[in-house]
Amino acid sequence: MSQQNNNLKEELIRISGVNPKKCMRCGKCSATCPAYEEMEYHPHEFVVMVENGNIEPLLNTESLYRCLTCFACVERCPRGVEPAKLVEAVRLVATRRQGANHMKADDVPAKLDEDLPQQAIVSAFRKYTK
Amino acid sequence: MKVSYFPGCTLKTKAVKLDEYARRCAEVLGVTLEEIENWQCCGGVFTTSKDEVATKLSSVRVLKAAQDKEQVLVTVCSACHNVVKQTNHQVQTDKEFADKVNRYMAAEGGYDGTTKVYHYLELLRDVVGFDKIKEKVVKPLNGEKIAVYYGCLLLRPGTVMKMDDPENPKIIEDLIRALGGEPVIYNKRNECCGGYVTMENPAFAEKKSQSITENAKSFGASRMITACPLCKYNLEKHEEELPVVYFTELLAEALGVKEDADESAE
Ligand code: SF4
Ligand code: SF4
Repeated sequence: MSQQNNNLKEELIRISGVNPKKCMRCGKCSATCPAYEEMEYHPHEFVVMVENGNIEPLLNTESLYRCLTCFACVERCPRGVEPAKLVEAVRLVATRRQGANHMKADDVPAKLDEDLPQQAIVSAFRKYTK
Repeated sequence: MKVSYFPGCTLKTKAVKLDEYARRCAEVLGVTLEEIENWQCCGGVFTTSKDEVATKLSSVRVLKAAQDKEQVLVTVCSACHNVVKQTNHQVQTDKEFADKVNRYMAAEGGYDGTTKVYHYLELLRDVVGFDKIKEKVVKPLNGEKIAVYYGCLLLRPGTVMKMDDPENPKIIEDLIRALGGEPVIYNKRNECCGGYVTMENPAFAEKKSQSITENAKSFGASRMITACPLCKYNLEKHEEELPVVYFTELLAEALGVKEDADESAE
């Protein structure tokens, strides 16, 4: 593992609080994930790839913005790995890079309709921007 | 009894009725919701990362306001509830986070994690009691088949929310029974509606939501209820047959205060 990948791995482990070594590769997190079909990398792959230091593909995948933060994978993982926390940590590392916001304020007006609750907008900003 | 109340941004805008019904019903049940002063939006979703501090301060300030008044803190919106409870849990369990929070808040006094947070449903179950609610019902639901939609935020993570069994909840079903309705138990009541992803991928949210309403209809539901404005939006956007309403609306109907609440929310 390169030094850079090792640093990234340590940062992800530190900010997520997740220990990927606890994973027994059962795949239950991905099986229960409602965003599974929309994802290139699935929750169990986030866990495995972080453990192996194969992080660059995760930083660049749209899967980061498909996770619904529904905590199903957290609830149902038999080993208490909490994969969603790792997905979130990778997303933060990605969106904290300069100019990497996934949603821009200027994009919002076109997405509004009469009924859209404010909650949707603040949540999307929290998840898609730094 | 008086409790501190955090309505949150959406209950002041697109979901005013969720708020109005909640206040009215609480009064009928002998509880006054005292709105916290100068609250700020919780941000809608909890950020699990340990190094996110500033974005959680609005929740900590709400918790502290309740602590200062020595009251329990009540929320109605599922999302506010999730964010405030998870933030409280992080203050209680992550010392480094608590230290950072308290340094940010040094000028206004610190927060020690002792506020008790109730979702409105927990207030009904644990403080008021469903038996007492049953006594106050003036217009029972007459066996109407109601599909309760929990979604994700009320229940998960179960170890933090501690509201009910996250895989087999019954708190809202028990409330429906107290109101004279018949809860419909269907498979997808705690699966995700698509949430905020509706902003950039509405087709995906539509698919998630429709599988939930179809599932509920196949069990004979005539109405669906939720505590979350975003779930309601997603669930009803493409749904023609099954009305989706707030759980507080059903409660207001049964307690006979819906018309009054509708008038003042107009
Ligand atoms: S939290 Fe994200 S990764 Fe986990 S099950 Fe839900 S959508 Fe999938
Ligand atoms: S459910 Fe848990 S143990 Fe199983 S693959 Fe996912 S993270 Fe690993």
